[in-house]
Amino acid sequence: MSNEPEEKPSHSRRSFLKRTTSTAAILAAPPVLVKAADKKLDEKAAQYFETRPLQLEVNEKPYSLQVEPRVTLLDLLREQLHLTGSKKGCDLGQCGACTVHVDGKRVLSCLSLAVMQNGKKITTIEGLQKGDDLHPMQEAFIKYDGFQCGYCTPGQIMSAVACINEGHATSDTEIREYMSGNICRCGAYPNIVAAIKDVAGKGGGQ
Amino acid sequence: MINFDYTKPSTIQNAIGVLNKDAGAQFIAGGTNLVDLMKRGVMTPQKVVDITGLPLKAIELKGNTIQIGALALNSDVAENDLIKKHLPLLSQALKAGASAQIRNMATVGGNMLQRTRCGYFYDTALPCNKREPGSGCGALQGYNRMHAIFGASDKCIAVHPSDMCIALAALDATVFITGPKGPRRILFSDFHRLPGSRPQLDNNLQRGELITGVEVPLNAALAQRSLYTKIRDRVSYAFALVSVAAALDVKGKTIRSARLAMGGVAHKPWRLTAAEDFLKGKEATLNNFQQAASLAMKDAKGYGYNNFKLTLAPNTIVDTLTRLTA
Repeated sequence: MSNEPEEKPSHSRRSFLKRTTSTAAILAAPPVLVKAADKKLDEKAAQYFETRPLQLEVNEKPYSLQVEPRVTLLDLLREQLHLTGSKKGCDLGQCGACTVHVDGKRVLSCLSLAVMQNGKKITTIEGLQKGDDLHPMQEAFIKYDGFQCGYCTPGQIMSAVACINEGHATSDTEIREYMSGNICRCGAYPNIVAAIKDVAGKGGGQ
Repeated sequence: MINFDYTKPSTIQNAIGVLNKDAGAQFIAGGTNLVDLMKRGVMTPQKVVDITGLPLKAIELKGNTIQIGALALNSDVAENDLIKKHLPLLSQALKAGASAQIRNMATVGGNMLQRTRCGYFYDTALPCNKREPGSGCGALQGYNRMHAIFGASDKCIAVHPSDMCIALAALDATVFITGPKGPRRILFSDFHRLPGSRPQLDNNLQRGELITGVEVPLNAALAQRSLYTKIRDRVSYAFALVSVAAALDVKGKTIRSARLAMGGVAHKPWRLTAAEDFLKGKEATLNNFQQAASLAMKDAKGYGYNNFKLTLAPNTIVDTLTRLTA
């Protein structure tokens, strides 16, 4: 690994944590134990809070961020960038509510580690509209009443736009198959299919 | 999720090096299974080695084979013109798996390494010999509707969940692996293992080894007549109860050779060699298909809730062969 240009962790925070965890350990445990465990414990604690630099573009806006490796793209979008359009449904890759586009492809942001998105271009539901004009798919969801509670809708719309761009919206059956990763518990499926069909017939998503 | 260290090597040698130096390290590519398992605390790597920067994405025609890089995305393989033309069975199987979003993330190597979806494996409050060797198998006497009917042991009756792998097993693929001792090849049917007394091991990869790709031999006659049937609880986006990958080389009415593998029934893609041998040289008739199916089911065993698979599996074999020769 010595010849690897690796991404550098933020050392200042690590040194800070080393000092503070040592103090905490000394207060909490018998001195003999502390001496033995001290170094390992420090390393471990520091590692757990270490952040990594991350540069990405979200909805055509560049960001330079620091994230812990465990932060998912969904949590980054919602908690750090306050783009709460992408929804946390199951958070386990089963419902599709968190669907976003990464470099133009639809993916599940809840199963994507943010740290792995370095240099990528992300589009969320907030990035679909142009100025005050809604995206044709957003218009179609309103026109065809493609939702009830609306919780799955951002994921449905992101998926629907991709479905057309991929060329997988040529029939009702194909739309249903290629939209199967987006669950709607209200059961708005017929209206969602109608909306997608309408937009596909008018020449596409993006 | 418990936090972890992260590194992104840019060469295969460095990736393998990190894994061999650090016992708590784990490769990540698409992350569609690993991140899920990490969130639930089923897998807790201390270091995650991001291999998505490695040059293993190509899909190429080489001689009489197609070689697919381990990091080729499931969606890219499924939609690739070479694959659609020469290996339509693989394309079908890939499209039958997961959702469009997951196929855009998941890689070929990761698909091969995905863990079982057994509920006892996923729930850290319940016993599971695969997750925690020696803790017992909750499924054996428990809710085992999704579980194995072939090759299970008293330690584990979990099934391998992939669709892609069922097609690759039927297509006689070979797995390319590289590791600290250099590169090696392993037949696809020898890659995954049966649970036996060590169900914690899904496959025969050694510590520190990396899948670099798979090679599939081309067979024009078999490619022309191949079909993947997947039976599941809903029409799309569900794991297989039973699946069948089949390819037949038929001349006139005679079957010159057959390739058959089943999914959702065992701890590994289940190749139906007895049925294949039986069909060779036989006429493509319903009666022969039924006989082949009963040969395939010879050692099948139900565990209660999954007894329905003892009927569903042979029916799916017969149905697939019938539609293939209709």
